[in-house]
Formats: sequence, C-alpha cells, structure tokens
Amino acid sequence: MRFAETGYNLEIDLTRGNIERVATAPEDSALYLGGLGTNAKIMWERVPPEVDAFSPDNLLVFGTGLLCGTPAIGCNRTIVTTISPQTQLLAFSMMGGFWAPELKYAGYDKVILRGKSPGLVYVWIKDDKVEIRDASHLKGKGAVETAKLLCEELKEPKAQVAAIGMAGENRVYFASIEQSRSSASRGGLGAVMGDKGVKAIVVRGTKDIHLARPAEFMHLCDEVMDYIKFRGENPIPGVIPILAVLGSPQEMAIHDEKWHTENFMWGNARVRRKDFWSEEIAREWTRTMEEMRGRLISCYNCPMHCGATISPPGKPTYMMKCFSKLTYTMAAFSDLAFGLGIAQSATEYGVDGYSAPQVMAFALELLEAGILTENDFPGMPEDSEGRFYWLLDHIVRREGIGDILANGTYWAAGQIGKGAEKYAHNNIKKQEQLPLKLSMLNPVYFLMYCTGEKLNITQIEGQFPQAAFPAREDREAFVKDWFQVPDEKFKQYFLDWEVRGEKSIPSYPTPEMCCDIVDWQERMHYIDDALGMCAGLSSFHLKAPYHIHNYPKFISSGTGFDMDEATLTKAAKRYRTLVRAINTRRGMRRKDEKPPADHWKKRFPELEKELLDTYYTFKGWNEQGIPTEETLRDLGLDYVYEEFLKRGVYSDNGAAPSQAGPAMTGKEV
Amino acid sequence: MKDGTKSRIIKRITVNLEKCIGCRACEMACSGFHAVPKFSSTNPARSRIRVVVEDRKDIYIPIRAAGYTPSECESRNTYSIKDKNYPECGLCNASCPSRELFREPDSGLPLKCDMCESVPPLDEPMCVQVCRCGVLTYDEWEERRDDQVNREQMEIGLQSLVNRYGVEKVMERIEQFSRNVKR
Repeated sequence: MRFAETGYNLEIDLTRGNIERVATAPEDSALYLGGLGTNAKIMWERVPPEVDAFSPDNLLVFGTGLLCGTPAIGCNRTIVTTISPQTQLLAFSMMGGFWAPELKYAGYDKVILRGKSPGLVYVWIKDDKVEIRDASHLKGKGAVETAKLLCEELKEPKAQVAAIGMAGENRVYFASIEQSRSSASRGGLGAVMGDKGVKAIVVRGTKDIHLARPAEFMHLCDEVMDYIKFRGENPIPGVIPILAVLGSPQEMAIHDEKWHTENFMWGNARVRRKDFWSEEIAREWTRTMEEMRGRLISCYNCPMHCGATISPPGKPTYMMKCFSKLTYTMAAFSDLAFGLGIAQSATEYGVDGYSAPQVMAFALELLEAGILTENDFPGMPEDSEGRFYWLLDHIVRREGIGDILANGTYWAAGQIGKGAEKYAHNNIKKQEQLPLKLSMLNPVYFLMYCTGEKLNITQIEGQFPQAAFPAREDREAFVKDWFQVPDEKFKQYFLDWEVRGEKSIPSYPTPEMCCDIVDWQERMHYIDDALGMCAGLSSFHLKAPYHIHNYPKFISSGTGFDMDEATLTKAAKRYRTLVRAINTRRGMRRKDEKPPADHWKKRFPELEKELLDTYYTFKGWNEQGIPTEETLRDLGLDYVYEEFLKRGVYSDNGAAPSQAGPAMTGKEV
Repeated sequence: MKDGTKSRIIKRITVNLEKCIGCRACEMACSGFHAVPKFSSTNPARSRIRVVVEDRKDIYIPIRAAGYTPSECESRNTYSIKDKNYPECGLCNASCPSRELFREPDSGLPLKCDMCESVPPLDEPMCVQVCRCGVLTYDEWEERRDDQVNREQMEIGLQSLVNRYGVEKVMERIEQFSRNVKR
C-alpha cells in the first residue's frame, strides 16, 4: 500500500490515442519525492536532448506534489514540466488551485502526455474511466470559458479543468495553462499543450488518499495552522507589505503599491518612476480594486485567500492572483483599471503575465526607434491602452507582426534584426524577467539570477531578507524567533550585515556566505515543488510555517518513508542536480548563466567571477557549471555520469553556438 | 419529565456566505474525521459537507447533508438575495436522486451529517474547527418541548383513513399492527 501518493501515473499517447495506467516504483518516490523530483527523472530518462519542444517525442508532464490530497495545509500544486520552446531548456512551472488534489483523488500522481493528436481534443479523467474526446467545438475559446463549458457539458460541476486559450492553441512561446484562479505560466507550457492538440484536461476523482501515521500528521497540520494564525497577527516589521504577511503573495488584498510602482521599471523594463505613488493614486487604485474585486478566494485547503474574483466593467468575471495585477499596467504606463481589464483578456487567451506585457512594450519601443514601422502595425490605435489590446490580439492569433512577437523578445529580436536585439534586454536564458533595474550589485541575487533554473527570481528567493536592516536592534529582534534557519550561522550572517561600510553589499555577505544563503533558499523551493506546497506558505517567505525542520516529519508521517533533515536535503539536491543535468545535456553552460546586462548599474566582474566559481564548487559543479563525477556518484546519479561521458559533455565548453532559430515550424492555422 | 415536557440539545451551525473563500478545508476535514481510523484517509467525495461553488457568479455555499429523500423536486425556486440568484439546490441539503452530492462513492448509499458525534465528544464539529475564515460558527442549546401527543392531529389522520377504507378495515389493520409490534 502507498501512502500520500497513489502509485500510478496516467500515460497518454495522443498520436495513437492510447491510454495506460502505469504503476510507479516506490524507490523513486523515496529518492526523488514527487512533483518536480519524479517529473525530472521522467524527463531525463525519456526526453533526449535532440528532442525539440514541438516534437511529438517531447513530454508534457502534469505532476502532483507528493503531499497533495493529504490534509497538509496549502499543499495543492501541480508541477508541469516540458521542454520549453522559448528557452529550449527544461521548463517547470507550477499552478495552485484544485487540480492536483482532484487528480490524486482520481487515483493518479501524474498525467504524462506524449505524441500529438491529429485534431483538437480534451482529456476526461473520472476515476478509472479516462477518455480522449473531440474538442473542435472549443477551438478559439478562452481558457476560463472552456473550463465552464466542459463542466456543463459533462454535467460535472465538481470537475477541475486545466485548459489553454487561443495563445496555447497557436503555440505562442509564452502561452500559459490556466486553471481556476491559478496558472502554470512560465516557459511556454501552454504552447506545448497546444502543439500536442490538447485543449484541456478535466479531472474528477472520488477515491481516498491515505496517510501512514495520521495522528502524527494531523498534529503537524495543527502546528502549521497555529503558526499561520500567529504570523497573521504579527506581521514582520521593516519589510515591504507583501513580505510582512504570508501568501502567494497577497496582491489582491494589499492596496499599498508604492514599492512595486516606484522600484520596478515601467514600459519595456526601462523607466523608473521614483515619485509615482501619491495619495491621489492610492485613493484611485484602491477605489478601482474595490469596485472590480468580488471576493477574496483561496486554493484547495488553504486559509490564505490570495486570489480574487475580478469583474472589469463590461467584461466577464475572472480570477486573479499575484503580480499580473501590475504587469500590464506598468508596461503600458497606464492605471490599475486598465491592468485589471486587459488581464481578463490575457487570462482567457492564456499568456504569461510577466512575458506578455514586456513583449508588447518591446514592440512599441521598436516602433518608436524606427526599427519597426507603422506598416507593421496596420490599424493599431493611437493610445497606449488601445495599442496593448491590439498587440495582444495579434500575438495570440499570430497575425502579422504578432506572429513574430509570439516567439518572445529574444527570438523576435533575432527575426526582426536591424539592432532589435538591444531591445530584448531583460532576458535570462532567452526568457523575459521581472522588470527590475537596480544600482548596486547584490551578490546573493547575482547568484540566484545566474543559476536559478526556474528562471524566475520569485521562485528562488524568500527565506533570507532581501536587504540589510539599518538598525542593529531591529536585526536582533528579527533573529530572535527565527527558528526556521537550517543552521545558527544564518542569524550571524544577518546580524553582521550592514547597509553601509565594510560589511555591506557587494562584498558582504562574502561569497562563502552567499553560497549558504542561496543554497538554503533554493533548497526550500525545490522541496516545495516536489511536495506540491505553495511557496506562499513556505519558500517565498521569511519565517514561513513550513521549513526544513518540520518538512521531514510531514513526509515521514505522511508517506511512511524514513526521512530526516539530512535525507531530505540530499533528496532535494538529487533532483535539483538532475534538473541541471537535463539542461547541461541540452547545452547549457557557464556562458548562459548571467543576469540581464543592465540589471545592475554597478558591476564587479572579478567579484562576480569569484562568486560563480565559489558557488559552482560549493554545489559540486565544475567550472562550466556541470555536476562532477564525484557529485553525481554521491547522489546515486551514476546513470547521469555514464550519459555525460558517452556524450562528451565534460569536454564541451559551450563554445559552439546554440541553436540558430526558434523551434516554431510554421503557423498552424 | 414530570411536567410533560422532554428536553433535547439543539446543535446549530451558522453559515456566513459572505465570508466563504471556497477552500474546501471543511470537506477535507469531514472526510478525514469519518475515516477509520480517524484521518487515515481523506476524500472530499465522502464528505458530509460540500461547498457549492460558482466562481463567476460569486456563489460559495457550504451545505451539510441532511436526510435521504427518494424523490426529487418537480419544481425549483431561485432565491434572489441582493441581486444574486441562488439556485434552490445550492441551498438544499437533501441527498436526492437529482445530484451526486452526499453519496458514498463506493456504494452510492446516502451520507448524513452527524455533527461529528464521537467519544469523547468534540467541542465543535470538524468542519467548524478547520474553517479559519469564520464562515461556519457553532452553538448549541437545550430546548424543552411538550411531550403530549397532539390528539387533534391524530384524529384528523384516522378520520381520513376511515373515510377511505371504512372503519372495519382500519380496525383490522391496527390489530395486525399491534400484534407485530408486541412480537
């Protein structure tokens, strides 16, 4: 008997229409946990580096976290992995909502899609009955609309639906998979789903998920709930509003956007508006939010209510959470009412809320610079808001210039030429990043930007304060109840960290300390991604309810595996290394590991080299960032080492140019 | 019972629909609590409380399973409260043929909320304990009720039986009934 997990995956071959329920090896769960960990194992074994994003041999894996479906609070995430058309590396993005627990209750840990369907289909999973059904009537429908139509069609109001919109159908490189109030957005997962001809996966489950030691597990859940309550009543002083409280984050509840609007860049990640936030804007935006926001809503079994229903005037209601709240607003130099309105269209079309606005702002900059001309934008309105709607419509349909822009700024710039590359300036590994441009290099963030393979800063940061606190007594107060640290030394690192002087950035924290800090933060994210835990109750936050000390107990009482801090740390390192191995095998090298050139004004090449060298060594990677033989053998990844040797990975320093063109093989329609 | 009344404890859960965030923690906790041993498994499809959700209409209603009814309503009401239309089924807590709610997924047998009766008793039912948003609140009180049989009502019933079947047949059946009961 398996606990917490079901022990079965659903293998769906879309080319042949074949469906199989396949038992999984319990040993793999002990070594790689679930979610991202076992997804990575499957991607390594079954998707060789020759496979393109849009090859039928690419897999699209929907993996539930190991503890999804158990009573663990806030554990509801689906981890979706595939080869990204944009980065051509492993894409892994997560979504909250209700889909993962529902799949568990249907009796499966993962849905693995391979091949390509000849026509548009949807997958209908109801417990043991799984069907591939025609979805031609859903072509072009919005993602949220599709979910509603399918629940009605199947007469299953309790079914959960993960769906793509028009962007996914047309293989837009930053297309998302939408589900309820949540989405798996980064890396073009929706494009791969569209390429496979799958409009939606609908799930309804009515089976049991078992716990190995229920009394112990429930006691841990009670402790977490009590701590959530404590944190709600005791916000952390001295940090920005979204970091003071738990949540993923609480963007729908918090009105004070001074920090985001004045510190993040507007337009195509270039313009900083230092005195933007005024009382009048605060009043106006609060009014907008209160008029359009229905109620705050949550994901499965979580008290945080980070999402909200939003009803923009004259448009259907949709669900939103997190930072899409501001990305369209700021890219278009507009206001919150515009942002919440266009996000409705963007959610139905199914696009990533980070990449999409930046691609549109990039296009308008190219027009302004004369690299693109009016002829490229026939019929585009004059006003910024109208232009954004025009661009969004053209991108998701791949019409005219939209066909090029749909490949994201990196590939679009290459296709447009004439110096357009300069304008695709905010990418890491070919993918658009949050619009941050800062002054002084922060060594911790430098390492996270360089080496974070989820390619999103919010998915690696969180456990350690972003900046030093000016007053020593505030630091002392902060560390007093900081029991989440894996080691007491982290408290000292923070206590000694000054805003100015010798012990301030960029030289402090020292490269060695930076390694510890980055490693801890990344480890917690990787654990969350294997367990299915929302980062909003865990790795994204200072002083989170879930941490390295209680996670092993959750896993052992939930699954029955022997698990302590050391075993868990090693498991996380194992599949984190496997993620790197997949990308290494696809050609990722040191040259690819860098932040956007203009991310910081003040750079320190020697220090940066030292940081990266020290971190690579700390991680057990060689000077190219490739895991060494010793590291791989220690983690039981001997099979990775054998493969590396066979492929001559260690002698490849990445001097060869990466693939010259985008993976797109022509327009579908 | 000297005064001809009997007392019983009335248990009440008050449901504040405005506060529900749709997290379904109540479903999870209910199914876990009723598993044997407790919390050895979870499965919201076994829960005796369900959150009826229509996100886009802003409808979030936790309803608890009441008794089983073999027939379904032939007509249904829609309740309009503050410009929101609530379907009657969203507010009804019967386990009935018109919906899959409140049935054991394995056997199809009806489920019924027992207010988490257990030994030792809980302070509050599980669904209320895990509801952190104040949607569900619990209270209980003692109620005393007249123990006398309402003769008038019984006579109306008997009279209609006599009208239909005649007094002899009714007497005959009552005699048979009382014999069966004695045995």
